Amino acid sequence: MNYANIIGTGTYVPEKIVDNHMLSKLVETSDEWIRTRTGIKERRISTGENTSDLALKASEAALENAGISPADLDMIILSTLTPDYFTPATACLVQRRLGAENAAAFDVSAACSGFLYGLDVADSFIKAGKAKKILVVSSEVMSKVIDWKDRNTCVLFGDGAGAVVLNASAEHGIINTVTGSKGDIEGNLVSKSRNVVNPFMEIPENGENYLSMNGKEIFKFATRIMRKALEDVLDGTGVELNGVKYIVPHQANDRMFEYVAGKMKFEKEKFYVNLERFGNTSSASIPIALDEMAKKGLLSKGDKLIFVGFGGGLTWGAALVEWQLD
Amino acid sequence: MIFEEIKKILVDELGVEAEEVLMESNIKDDLDADSLDIVQVVMAVEEAFEIEVEEEETEKLLTVGDVVRYVEANK
Repeated sequence: MNYANIIGTGTYVPEKIVDNHMLSKLVETSDEWIRTRTGIKERRISTGENTSDLALKASEAALENAGISPADLDMIILSTLTPDYFTPATACLVQRRLGAENAAAFDVSAACSGFLYGLDVADSFIKAGKAKKILVVSSEVMSKVIDWKDRNTCVLFGDGAGAVVLNASAEHGIINTVTGSKGDIEGNLVSKSRNVVNPFMEIPENGENYLSMNGKEIFKFATRIMRKALEDVLDGTGVELNGVKYIVPHQANDRMFEYVAGKMKFEKEKFYVNLERFGNTSSASIPIALDEMAKKGLLSKGDKLIFVGFGGGLTWGAALVEWQLD
Repeated sequence: MIFEEIKKILVDELGVEAEEVLMESNIKDDLDADSLDIVQVVMAVEEAFEIEVEEEETEKLLTVGDVVRYVEANK
């Protein structure tokens, strides 16, 4: 049986650091408000690099960490809600610039659950024997869809990319995955693409196409679904939550992690949190956090980890993973 | 009693002392709750009484008494 195993991780974030004080000059907010409501102190913001640029650098870092060359890849899956283009897919731009000539490349659109969806797809291809080496990269330039006049949203998000390389292996890397959706017809977390406009219709009023979010509804959704996803991904595996070393959550909001840890009765420190430095980088947040944990030496071979993501769609996903690198 | 159950929720979610929770207590001002604390309180009320609290209604729940009356009317 072929299991999907993580053999390398990589990150790239833009150099420009935007802290809460800088934001308090743009909109009516304060460092104190942002920190107490979310935990964020600063985030990285692109000053021109686009989603494919961030993805490329994160991918190169992951490939180097894995010790494989781009030509070894069978597939590149890129998750993003902020692609460079409708077409070519951002994954294809990365494929060409990497020189991954043997890789089929496509984007996955599952917002903040994108890394989990990408991992699930990669795991399935490897288990089916259809691929041996897959690059899963998540990359977001949230700063290009944010309304920088909306203090409810512009303080939350950051730009960045994270990547993992998966290998077909006899070792149980990915043990279990779960994914789910509940279509957001209420419009609680929306970033619109182009308006329908053509010569055959009345031209409507075109509103701005910025990201908008009903924070309270999304907080409720996220905290409930995080609990469900954590239970579901462990179900049937014989692994208990107290046997899991770290939960690497989508880095949306520190208050959510306090709340969920309290309700599920585990130490909040089980959550690895780095959103104070990066903000919410949507689907990139989990692989960025994972790479940081690996580089810090927090992970040992045999450690059980859970990745859990949730967000626009509405979508959610979780993966139970055994770390196999030393 | 509904008031007792709601008092317990407020003590659990907000970390306040039971004696501080009175029918007239303003949840934001007297019990020091921010907007996310209130979401958590509403979630706990929804789960405890098996009701759903619409967002527009949440905005009207300013005092402990408002919450008690809402639950009495909707459970």
